[in-house]
Amino acid sequence: MGELTIICGHYGTGKTNFAINRAIDAAINGKKVTLTDMDVVNPYFTSSEYADILREKGVRVISPTFAFTNIDIPALPASMYSIFDSEDDVIIDAGGDDVGATVLGRFSGEIRERGYEMLYVTNMYRPMISDPEDSVRVLRSIEDVCGLKATAVVNNSHIKEFTDAPAITGSLRYAKEVSRLAGIPLLCSTAPRRLIGELPEDECFYPVDVYVQTVWEKEGSKW
Amino acid sequence: MPEKVLMKGNEALAEAAIMAGCRHFFGYPITPQTELAAHMSKRMPKVGGVYLQAESEVAAVNMVLGASAAGVRAMTSSSSPGISLKSEGLSYLAGSDLPALIVNVQRAGPGLGGIQPSQADYWQATRASGHGDFKMLVFAPSTVQEMIDLVADAFSLGDEYRMPAMILSDGLLGQMMEPVVMDDTKRTEVPERPWAVSGHGNKREHNIVNSLYIDPPNLEAILKERYEKYERIKEKEQRCEEYRTDDAEIVLVAYGASARISRSAVDAARKEGIKAGLIRPITLWPYPEKAISSRMATAKAFLCVEMSTGQMVDDVRLIVNGKRPVSFYGRTGGMIPTPAEVLNEIKKMNGGI
Repeated sequence: MGELTIICGHYGTGKTNFAINRAIDAAINGKKVTLTDMDVVNPYFTSSEYADILREKGVRVISPTFAFTNIDIPALPASMYSIFDSEDDVIIDAGGDDVGATVLGRFSGEIRERGYEMLYVTNMYRPMISDPEDSVRVLRSIEDVCGLKATAVVNNSHIKEFTDAPAITGSLRYAKEVSRLAGIPLLCSTAPRRLIGELPEDECFYPVDVYVQTVWEKEGSKW
Repeated sequence: MPEKVLMKGNEALAEAAIMAGCRHFFGYPITPQTELAAHMSKRMPKVGGVYLQAESEVAAVNMVLGASAAGVRAMTSSSSPGISLKSEGLSYLAGSDLPALIVNVQRAGPGLGGIQPSQADYWQATRASGHGDFKMLVFAPSTVQEMIDLVADAFSLGDEYRMPAMILSDGLLGQMMEPVVMDDTKRTEVPERPWAVSGHGNKREHNIVNSLYIDPPNLEAILKERYEKYERIKEKEQRCEEYRTDDAEIVLVAYGASARISRSAVDAARKEGIKAGLIRPITLWPYPEKAISSRMATAKAFLCVEMSTGQMVDDVRLIVNGKRPVSFYGRTGGMIPTPAEVLNEIKKMNGGI
């Protein structure tokens, strides 16, 4: 049976972009992988919106029943349960904050039984969690509602197109403090692929591509 | 220089309101504006403010009216169907000469419509936000940073002119994340409100905040006076941004998220040698008539781009007044036009010039 990884965190930290990267990387490495979008609280910029790219790369995608439609009904399809019998590596992209993670609670028994990693994604440049203590408070509220414990921190500190090497290295101390206060290891810091060469070699960086974009960003325009 | 942070449009609107001295928020949940209210619910208690989820949109807007009459900076936010419910209160606010900030994070309509982004409330915002003769100041940000700046302006101009002001956003801008600078030095002062009904301690005549006028001649006189004020605002407060319009033969007109899509299309058209430019209205009322009029010097044709079946295009046609062709391209129902689609429209027009 493959690994089950839950991606959780404050909303707007980049959970979805990280989840998409993990899924595509696993598929490229020959793994069978399922990405499960469990975000039923925020209808925009969810991983379901990127299902076409994911499927093209060989990733199986399970979406909420009404994802990417004009209605706001937080319903999950029966196929969600297939992740507990699947041999695939499974990535669960949870919704933001405690409200987004609440739905995980419904599956917590099955998740615990199968065994899981839960990665807490944090971003120093998000004002509500720019203080490590605030970030850990959000983490605890997520754990409380879903009944699952985070196993590692992922530092996804970025400021979109203004992300440069100093912005990332400047977040390492923050990330380590979040990890220390939370009592769980720092798994890695993410970095846009173009910056990997400029970053210190003695830290762990995970190269990411930017998938979560607006229509004009997709055509190369920042404004 | 404060550092850049990453904010979602909706939370930036909320945080900017707090920075502008607003301590009274009354709302009711609706997608896609919910993060605004959610952010307020977390932040207001920390800054000594009031966050109140009312029993309905109608209740929320009337709480705003009461708070504003009592002399404090107050606001509410909603998305399209919720704004329709607030329309009675908007009319009462205007009829009582009360400032207040109303945020509309537009979604598709009519009716329940849908939760995806839209710009189909332009007419409602600029023509008929409620019953009776009145106007609101209407601002249309197109970046998260601009949301922050326009919230401050909407509050202070609302106070200056004693009238409600609206930020007309949309689901796309509300939900997207962008780097912003929250510049604390731009913190606005809440001005004295000598007209407020906040207790007079028998030291002055009591104030009256009211929209009922028993004498028709009296009401007519007040409305005329208010419309003279509106004329002064039209003269003084029109705002827009122009992009590559200097020699533009095809002038796009678009606001909000559509302006960002149009701007990409203008760049793409320029690469193909087409002289395209963009006028982006920042105030929708007062509408930037002067900029569009003066652009007729070079423009051979105008193209309006909206996430609607064509609403703002009416204002462009009124200004252009038949002297140039005015085309329209829009997607609606929660669909977002792409830069490629807009470029295609520009090319069609270019062939026709």
